[in-house]
Amino acid sequence: MRRFAAQLCLLGGLLASYLFYLGAPYIDSYWLHILTLVGINVTLAVSLNLINGYTGQFSLGHSGFMAIGAYTAAATTLLAGPKLLPLLGGAQSTLGVGALFFFALLAGGILAAIAGLVVGGPSLRLKGDYLAIVTLGFGEIISVIFRNIPSLGGALGLTGIPPHTNVFWTYGVAAITIYTVLALVHSTYGRGFIAVRDDEIAAEAMGINTTRYKITAFVLGSFFAGIAGGLFAHQISAIDPRGFTFMRSIEIVVFVILGGMGNTLGVILAAVLLTILTEYLRGIGEWRMLIYSFLLIVLMLTRPQGLFRWKFGPRVKPAANPTLSS
Amino acid sequence: MSSGASNLLLELRGCTIRFGGLTAVSALDLHIGEGELIGLIGPNGAGKTTVFNLITGVYQPTEGEISFAGKSIVGSKPYHITEHGIARTFQNIRLFPSLSVFDNVRVAFHLHLLSGLSHALVRGKNFLREESAIAEEVMSLLQIFRLDGHANTEAKNLPYGDQRRLEIVRALATKPKLLLLDEPAAGMNPTEKVDLMNLIRHVQDKFKLSVLLVEHDMKVVMGTCQRIAVLDYGQKIAEGAPDEIRSNLKVIEAYLGDAHA
Repeated sequence: MRRFAAQLCLLGGLLASYLFYLGAPYIDSYWLHILTLVGINVTLAVSLNLINGYTGQFSLGHSGFMAIGAYTAAATTLLAGPKLLPLLGGAQSTLGVGALFFFALLAGGILAAIAGLVVGGPSLRLKGDYLAIVTLGFGEIISVIFRNIPSLGGALGLTGIPPHTNVFWTYGVAAITIYTVLALVHSTYGRGFIAVRDDEIAAEAMGINTTRYKITAFVLGSFFAGIAGGLFAHQISAIDPRGFTFMRSIEIVVFVILGGMGNTLGVILAAVLLTILTEYLRGIGEWRMLIYSFLLIVLMLTRPQGLFRWKFGPRVKPAANPTLSS
Repeated sequence: MSSGASNLLLELRGCTIRFGGLTAVSALDLHIGEGELIGLIGPNGAGKTTVFNLITGVYQPTEGEISFAGKSIVGSKPYHITEHGIARTFQNIRLFPSLSVFDNVRVAFHLHLLSGLSHALVRGKNFLREESAIAEEVMSLLQIFRLDGHANTEAKNLPYGDQRRLEIVRALATKPKLLLLDEPAAGMNPTEKVDLMNLIRHVQDKFKLSVLLVEHDMKVVMGTCQRIAVLDYGQKIAEGAPDEIRSNLKVIEAYLGDAHA
């Protein structure tokens, strides 16, 4: 069975999502809403972790890709839905609605991926802070563009989006995202992402086309961010450009940093914990961001490698490991 | 393997590179034949590493021509040049610090990899077969260099001498025809240096390689190289067998200053 171990894990994840969906009617609807947001945030965090964590390209534009996915998917179900649904079996057909939603999400993901390609191509020549600023600018541009498209609701955004998102879709997508990132990274091909992060010059010298790897990570990460955006739109039923600003990107970056860059399990845990924590802190409103920021400062000072980075086996003391460079 | 320059592998003709007003390398001619072990020496700042960076495409020559196996490689990206069959190590070690020793070498198999992104996602039979074939090759390479015991150690936790050797293993994993070693003996003690010299000769013989060795340590260079080129202020001031270089007045002058000449 080892031959199919990875595929079985994915299948298990999808099955678990479905069982969760079957059990959903027995869960308090407030908590169900939060658990759905948890799943969406896990997808966002894991996909950003491919870009920021594994490939080391610091992107602050994840909310921009999420916005593209959210608007595309919402526009698909809102505008094309009424025309397409009768062909797919009507609004009463679960399969028809499912198919429409699937294509809406896919369209959102693909458009976000194309945006990732367009933005990533020229800007991935930049490194570190410069790339962060370019992606930040991109995220803001997206939100301004959506604010100025009247047919997409302008500043008011889109409302009345059908609530197609449920835990099956959400956790199914999360499972696929996690599978994709882990399957990639655990292959000779995918080790290239980490090589690019660790030392770009050495990676080039080993025959790795670093630009191509960076763009691949960017496109894949944006694709899943777009799908997560689509899920988000169909969960909260109303989206507006203010929901996808810089602060949203920061929130996702915090998941990644808190969980540990390039540590998928840690990033998942961070997304789960912080999403639930956010709900608990909702009572104190704006103070939430203060606590967030404070948490980040403390964490960077005490555990720069992330909350959830475990080390097994003996650690080599720095003193016993002289790395003189000539 | 002392066929000499009968089969030309790498040739630099009149290579010059200027950084602003500074001519780092000036009109350099250098050729390496198949199976040759050539040394490149010179005082600090003579331009040795710049020559490496020219050959590997990190820098582009301002003037001149570089050809490898009969084809011009000027203007090629570094990863294309590795693809042609030139691998290198770095003067200041550049391993992938967070990857294990095993993965450092595995990544270098990238060029010969048939499976790409989609294969890694589907994980079919061919993908798994290739992955295990690569794993075997990596382990046998590590065995040659006695690094197999460290396979799961993160590269940054490796002792210094092992890091240098791992760089050589990683370069070999790209299956090069020409290996460029940039000061492999730097920071090593005399025993380690002797080991390294034996290792370089062994590797050259086993993998049928040509080697270009940049080194400060005269013992290492004189003891391993068949032919030595000497750089000073970016110009080649001498070239020949170790004995000729040892007694060359210009070389002595460059290293010790003209008062001693």
